[in-house]
Amino acid sequence: MSKFKKKKGGDLPAISTASLPDIVFMLLFFFMVATVMRDSTLMVVNKLPAADQVQKLDKKDRVMYIYAGKPSSRYLDKYGTSAKIQLNDKFATVRDVGAFILAERAAKRQELQNVLTTALKVDSDTKMGLVQDIKQELRKVSALKINYTTRLGDYTQNIN
Amino acid sequence: MAKRSAPEVNAGSMADIAFLLLIFFLVTTTIETDSGLNRKLPPMEDQVDPPIIREKNIFTVVVNKNDQLLVEEELTDIKDLRSLAVAFLDNGGGVGEEACDYCQGERDESSSDNPDKAIISLKNNRETSYKVYIAIQNELVAAYNELRDREFSRLYPSIGLNFVDAQKKYNDPRTSVNDSEDLKPKIDVVKNMFPQKLSEAEPSKTN
Repeated sequence: MSKFKKKKGGDLPAISTASLPDIVFMLLFFFMVATVMRDSTLMVVNKLPAADQVQKLDKKDRVMYIYAGKPSSRYLDKYGTSAKIQLNDKFATVRDVGAFILAERAAKRQELQNVLTTALKVDSDTKMGLVQDIKQELRKVSALKINYTTRLGDYTQNIN
Repeated sequence: MAKRSAPEVNAGSMADIAFLLLIFFLVTTTIETDSGLNRKLPPMEDQVDPPIIREKNIFTVVVNKNDQLLVEEELTDIKDLRSLAVAFLDNGGGVGEEACDYCQGERDESSSDNPDKAIISLKNNRETSYKVYIAIQNELVAAYNELRDREFSRLYPSIGLNFVDAQKKYNDPRTSVNDSEDLKPKIDVVKNMFPQKLSEAEPSKTN
């Protein structure tokens, strides 16, 4: 009667993990598509000041970034401690700002060229002189819409 | 020699490799949007004849190189700036054509006539620090927002939003076209009641 012998034991079959790579790949592709790599490495100290009356800076394709601040620690020997402007991946002087804006503007799509905003990411310990110079340069190339990029916080954090 | 079938490649480590990549992308992903204070710079060309502005319609804010604040020629603490600016903008001291029917201020004759005429002049020194400058800008924008909030809630109580939230909603790409078209004229009305007239003088090298 061995034909009808009951199978011994109620052992659960092992769960197949064959589809695990597929699932992980799916997640992987999602993050690969969603990732925006930082396109320029910061060479300046960039601790933004705090403000709470802020507006969001959506639509990244309409924004040009200008960084300013003291050179970060690894560049201190070479560039000194006075505040510098960083455009793309290079340190720049105030005189380069105009050319940079024109080049950036020319690289954008035609219909966006009039609605561009310049985001000023300036370190909170910078003196206004430098910011003022940048603003004068921006006015010269009529890039009039600017955004002082800040982090969200109470203004009292700026005063000490 | 007997033909040997090729051994199957073990795919067990595929998941590990994929996980490794996944974790890398997880770590490098930044889903963040910047935010900040939007400002508009004045155009470069000089005005031929600057409009005549009465002294009482100008609210002068000066920051010196030691980050001290001088509001209307008086040394002021920054935490008083917002209320001073609100009082100035909302004064509505004008009569006749320049009267302001929605202002709730003191109608002081020596202060501004009308929010439309009121100008805030911000002057800073080259040695002023940026963070203090931003704090002042923030407070001045806050003064405008406070008044705009008040008027927006008064004029359109049915929406149940204040001005800042309404503007946020208007700028949000998820808001439907109908809603934003509905909000736009209302926002503009309130904006025109308290237009942001914030003039920034050329930097002074002295004092």
